Amino acid sequence: MISIICYLIVSTIMLCAGIYGFFTRHNLLAMLISVELMLNATDINFAVFNRLLYPNGQEGYFFALFSIAISAAETAIAIAIMINIYRNIRSIQVDKINKMKW
Amino acid sequence: MEITIFIILLPLLSFVFLGLAGKWLSHRAAGLFGTAVLGVVTILSYYTAYTYFTAPRLADGTFATLVPYNFQWLPLFLGAMKFNLGVLLDPISVMMLIVISTVSLMVHIYSFGYMHGERGFQRYYAFLSLFTMSMLGLVVATNIFQMYLFWELVGVSSYLLIGFYFTKAPAVAASKKAFIVTRFADLGFLIGILIYGFYVGTFDFVGPNTSAAVGGAKMIPLALGLMFIGGAGKSAMFPLHIWLPDAMEGPTPVSALIHAATMVVAGVYLVARMFPLFIAFAPNVLHIVAYVAAFTAFYAAAVAIAQTDIKRVLAFSTISQIGFMLVALGVCTSVEPEAGGLGYMAAMFHLFTHAMFKACLFLCAGCIIEQVHSNEMEMMGGMRKYMPITHIAFLFSCLAISGIPPFSGFFSKDEILSACFAFNPIMGWIMTAIAAMTAFYMFRLYYGIFWGKENIEHHTAHKPHEAPATMTIPLIILSVITFFFGWTVSFGHFISPNGKSFDSHLETSVAITSVVIAVLSILIARTMYRNEKQVLADSLQKRFKGLWTAAHHRFYIDEVYQFVTHRIIFGCVSRPIAWFDRHVVDGFFNFLAWSTNALSYQIRGFQSGEIQQYTYVFLIGTLLLILLLIL
Amino acid sequence: MNLLSIFVLIPLLMMLGLWISRNLAQVRTVMVVGASALLISAITLTVCYLQARSAGATEEMLFRADIIWYAPLNIAYSVGVDGISVAMLLLSGIIVFTGTFASWRLKPLTKEYFLWFTLLSAGVFGFFISIDMFTMYLFYEVALIPMYLLIGVWGSGRKEYAAMKLTLMLMGASAILLCGILGIYFCSGATSMNILNIAHAHNIAVSQQLIWFPMTFVGFGVLGALFPFHTWSPDGHASAPTAVSMLHAGVLMKLGGYGCFRIAMFLMPQAANQLGWIFLILTTISVVYGALSACVQTDLKYINAYSSVSHCGLVLFAILMINQTATTGAILQMLSHGLMTALFFALIGMIYGRTHTRDTRELSGLMRIMPFLGVGYVIAGLANLGLPGFSGFIAEMTIFVGSFQHFDTFHRTITIIACTSIVITAVYILRLVGKILYGVCTNEHHLKLTDATWDERVAVIVLIVCVAGLGMAPLWISNMISNSVVPIVSNLTLMH
Repeated sequence: MISIICYLIVSTIMLCAGIYGFFTRHNLLAMLISVELMLNATDINFAVFNRLLYPNGQEGYFFALFSIAISAAETAIAIAIMINIYRNIRSIQVDKINKMKW
Repeated sequence: MEITIFIILLPLLSFVFLGLAGKWLSHRAAGLFGTAVLGVVTILSYYTAYTYFTAPRLADGTFATLVPYNFQWLPLFLGAMKFNLGVLLDPISVMMLIVISTVSLMVHIYSFGYMHGERGFQRYYAFLSLFTMSMLGLVVATNIFQMYLFWELVGVSSYLLIGFYFTKAPAVAASKKAFIVTRFADLGFLIGILIYGFYVGTFDFVGPNTSAAVGGAKMIPLALGLMFIGGAGKSAMFPLHIWLPDAMEGPTPVSALIHAATMVVAGVYLVARMFPLFIAFAPNVLHIVAYVAAFTAFYAAAVAIAQTDIKRVLAFSTISQIGFMLVALGVCTSVEPEAGGLGYMAAMFHLFTHAMFKACLFLCAGCIIEQVHSNEMEMMGGMRKYMPITHIAFLFSCLAISGIPPFSGFFSKDEILSACFAFNPIMGWIMTAIAAMTAFYMFRLYYGIFWGKENIEHHTAHKPHEAPATMTIPLIILSVITFFFGWTVSFGHFISPNGKSFDSHLETSVAITSVVIAVLSILIARTMYRNEKQVLADSLQKRFKGLWTAAHHRFYIDEVYQFVTHRIIFGCVSRPIAWFDRHVVDGFFNFLAWSTNALSYQIRGFQSGEIQQYTYVFLIGTLLLILLLIL
Repeated sequence: MNLLSIFVLIPLLMMLGLWISRNLAQVRTVMVVGASALLISAITLTVCYLQARSAGATEEMLFRADIIWYAPLNIAYSVGVDGISVAMLLLSGIIVFTGTFASWRLKPLTKEYFLWFTLLSAGVFGFFISIDMFTMYLFYEVALIPMYLLIGVWGSGRKEYAAMKLTLMLMGASAILLCGILGIYFCSGATSMNILNIAHAHNIAVSQQLIWFPMTFVGFGVLGALFPFHTWSPDGHASAPTAVSMLHAGVLMKLGGYGCFRIAMFLMPQAANQLGWIFLILTTISVVYGALSACVQTDLKYINAYSSVSHCGLVLFAILMINQTATTGAILQMLSHGLMTALFFALIGMIYGRTHTRDTRELSGLMRIMPFLGVGYVIAGLANLGLPGFSGFIAEMTIFVGSFQHFDTFHRTITIIACTSIVITAVYILRLVGKILYGVCTNEHHLKLTDATWDERVAVIVLIVCVAGLGMAPLWISNMISNSVVPIVSNLTLMH
C-alpha cells in the first residue's frame, strides 16, 4: 500500500508547478495549462482523501468529477477567448492585451 | 352705483378682444370698436359723476363714500390685511373718472386720424384700452395694494405705448428707461405699502382718527414718504423725472393721454388719496413733498426754455405743472379749506384743468408734427396760415397754462398761488416766478411754431394743411372745456379737503400780480420770438452760452444716470458678481472635481492590468493569511 | 386602486408603449396620449381634492395608501396628497404636457429621448405623491439619473461637462440628503419612514436636529439652487434640450423647495427655528446675487438660469420665514416660477432652433420676423418681472407681505433687501427684450426665419393661459395651498 504522503507529494509538486508556471509564463495557453495543473492537483487530493481516509463515502470522487467537468468547460471558453484575441491582435502574450484598459 | 364695474370691465374686454382678434380685424373695425367701447365708458363715467354729485349729501355736509364692490382677490391670511379689488367712489375718484374717460375718448377719436394707416393700428388700440382700464382701476382703488397693482399696470401700458414703434432704437430705449425708472421708484412704493400694512394693520385707506392709524402713527410718516417716492417716479419729480422727456418717443396721442393728462398725475392722486394721513401724522413729509415739487417745477421750467423739440418743451412743462400740483398739496397744513387746506382743492382743480389743456396742447403738437414731419421748432414757423383751427386751440391752451383769465388755468393756478402765499410768502413768490417762466416758455413755443421765422423751403416741400376732422374735433372740444370750465364750475363745491362744500373766491391781490407777471412774460416772449429776426433771443443765447447749453442738455442729469447705471451698477457690481460666480463659486466645484480626478490618476498605478502582478499579491496575501491563522 | 398611483403607472405604461412603438408617429401618439392622460389626472385629482376638502375631509393627507416593501427598515410605498402636493402635481402635469409639444420635432433618437423623458417625469410624479422619506428619495434619484443622459446625449454646447457637473453636484447633495434621512429615521426611534408619523411623534432630540437639519436642508437646497451650490443650474440649463430645461427648471428645482419644507422643516422644527437665519442669509444672497448676475449674461439661457436662481431663492427665503402667508407665497412662487420659466425655456428653445445662436449680441429685431414667439417672449418677460395679472405678481406679493409680518427686525430688513430683486429683474428682462426682439434685424440670415409651428403654439399658449389664469384668479389655489400649509407651519411655530 502506497502511503498517503506519496500522493500528497505528487499533488503538491503539481500545484507548485502550476503556480510557478502561472507566474512565469506570459503565453495565455501556458498559463491555462498551469491553471489546469493546479486544478488537477486538487482533484488528486480529493480522490486520495476519499479513498484512504473516508472509504465509506463517495463525496470526494464526485467532487473530483465535478471539478474535471468544470475545468473542461472553462478550458473550452478560455480557448475560445484566446482564439478571438489571437484573431484580433495576432498574439496571445498576456502583456500585449491591454486594449480594455481604456 | 353697481354700474361702475363696467367702467373697468369694458376697457379690459376691449383690450382682450383687440389683443387676440386684432390680427383679423381691419384698422377701421378695430378703431371703431375701441372708440365705441370707450364712448360707453365715458357715458357711464359721466352718469356716475352726475348721480354721485347730485345725490343728497350726508348730515355733516360731505359726499358719501361709496364702495359698490370690494371682493377678496388674493388671500393673505392676515386678518384685516386683505388684498381686495373693488370700486371706491368719493369726490376725487369720481373727478378722475371724468378726466380719464374724457381725455381717453378724445385721444381715441384723434388717433383715428393720427395713426391712420400705421402698422399695428389694432395693437395700438388694444394698448390704449389696457391703459384706460388700468388708470380707471387705479383711481377707484379701495385700498393701497389695489392702487399698486394698477400702478404697475399703467406703468406697463406706458412701456408698451412708448415702445409702440419698436423698430426705432430711441423708442425702445425710452420705453425701457421709463419702465425701469418708474419701477425703481415703485420699489419705494412697495416698501411703503409693506410698512404701512405692518404698522397700521390694513391696506385700506384709513381715516386719521381710527384706532389702526393711531396705532401705527409712529411709522406712518416713513411709509408715506416711501410711497411718495413711488408717486415721484410716476409723476416725474426730480431726480426721477428723466424718463418723461424721453417718453415723447411714443406716438403723440399717447403722450397726450399718458404722459400729460392722466398717468403722470398718479403721484398727485396718490398724495391726495393719503392726504388725511399726511395732515394728521406727517405734515413734515408733506412739506418735503412741496419743496421737492417746487424745485422740480423750477428746474423743469428752466430746461423747457432751452428746448427746441416741441414735444420736449411740452414734456418739461408737464413736469413743471405737476410740480405746481404737488406744491399745492404740500403746502397744506390742515384739512380745513379756509385754514391752510386750500391747496388740496387747488391741486385737484389744477389737475383737472391741466389735463384738458395739456392734452389739447399735445394733440395740437401731434397735428403739427404730422404735417411738418419733424419735432424741431426750426422746421416750423408761420404755421398759423396753414392750420387755423390748431392755431386757435393751441393759443387757448397756452393762455390757459399761462394763467390768463378767463381760461381755466387762471383759476386753478390762482388757487395754487393763494395756497402758497398762505403757507409762506417766499414760497408764493417762488411759485409766481415759475408761473412767469411758464408763460414765457409757452409763448416762446407758440410764437416759434405759429409765427417767427418760417421754414419756407421745408413747407413748400411738405405743403402743410389743416388736419382732418377726426383730429380737429377733439381739439375743439378740449379748447371749449378749457375756455369755459374755470368760471362756470364751482370746483370747491365738489372737492375740498374735508369733503364739505365751500366757495373758493379769487384772492384779488394774488390774481392781479400773477396776471400782470404772466402778461409781461408773454410780451417779452412776443418781442423775442414773434418776428422773423430774433435779435434779442440770439444775443441772449450767445451771452449765456454755457447756461443755455447746460439747460439744453437738461443739466446733464441723464448722463449722471447713465454713469451710475452702466458704470457703477453693471461695471462695478454685476460684472464682478458674474465673475465671482464663474470663477470662485463655480471654480470651487470645478476644483473639487479636478482634485478627485487628480487623486484617481495617482492611485490608478495600483491597477497595472498585469495579471501576474495581481497573482503575486494574491499569493503573498494568502500565505500571510495562512501564517496569521497558524500563529 | 389608489388614485395617486396612476401618476406613476401612466409614465410606466408610456414607457412600455414607447418601447414597442416602431416609428415616429407611434412615439408621438404614445407621448400625446400619455401626457394628456397625466394632465387630465392631475386636473381630476385637483377637483377631487377640492371636493373632498369641501365635503369636510380634515386629515392632513388625503387618498392615503401604504404598502410595506422593505419591512426591516419600515420602508413603505406610502402615498397621500395635501394642497401643496396637488399644486405641484398640477404643475408637473402641465409642464410634461407642454414639454412633449416643445420637443415634438426633436431629432435624433426621438424614441430613446422620450423614454428617458418619461422616466424623469415618473420620478417627479412619484416624488410628489410619496410621504415616505425613503420612497421619496428613491423617486428623487429616478428623476435625477435620466437627466444625465438627456443632457449628455441631446444637449447642446458643452453638454458632457454640464451633464457631468449637474449629475455630480446633485448626486453629492443626495448623498448628504440620504445621511440626513437616515439620521432622522434612527433618531426618531427607527419605527417608521413615514413623514406624518415622524412629525407627530416629535421625538427627535434638539441636539440631533441641529446635526440633521442642515444636512437635509442643504441636500434639498442644492436642487433648489441655494447659494453657493447653484452653479450646476446655469450650465445644466444652458446645455439641456428645450423640454428638459423646462422640466428641470419648472419642476425638478421645485423638488428642492418642496423637500426642504416637507422634510427638513416639518420634521425638525426646533432646528429650523434655530438655524433658519443662516439659510435666510444664504437665500437672500441667492435672490439678489442671481438677479445681478443675470444682468450681464449674454446667453439667453444663462440669463434665464440666473433668473431662476433668484426666483427659487425666493422660494426658500419665504419658507424660512415660517408663517402661513409667506409659505403660501413660497408654494405659489414654485408654481408661478415653474410655469414662467418653462414658458421662457420653451421660447428660448424655439428661437434657438431657428437662429442657432443664443447670444444676445447676435440677435435683434426678432419681433417682426417671428411675431408669435416675440409676443410670447414679451409676455414671459413681463410675467417674470412680476406684472400684475400674471402669476409672478401674486406669488411675490404674498411672499413680501408675509415675510414682512415677521416680528423680528432682521427678517423685515432682509425682506426689503429681497424686494430690490424686482427692480433688477425689470432691468435685465427689459434689456433683453429690447435687445433681441425690438429694433431692426441686422442679420440677413434671420430674415427668412419662420414663426412658430402648431405644436410650438400649443405649448406656448397652454403655458401663457396657465400663467395668466393663475395671476388673475389666485383665490382658489391660494386657499387650497394655504389650508395645507397650516399644519406644517403651526408645527413649526409651536416648537419655537
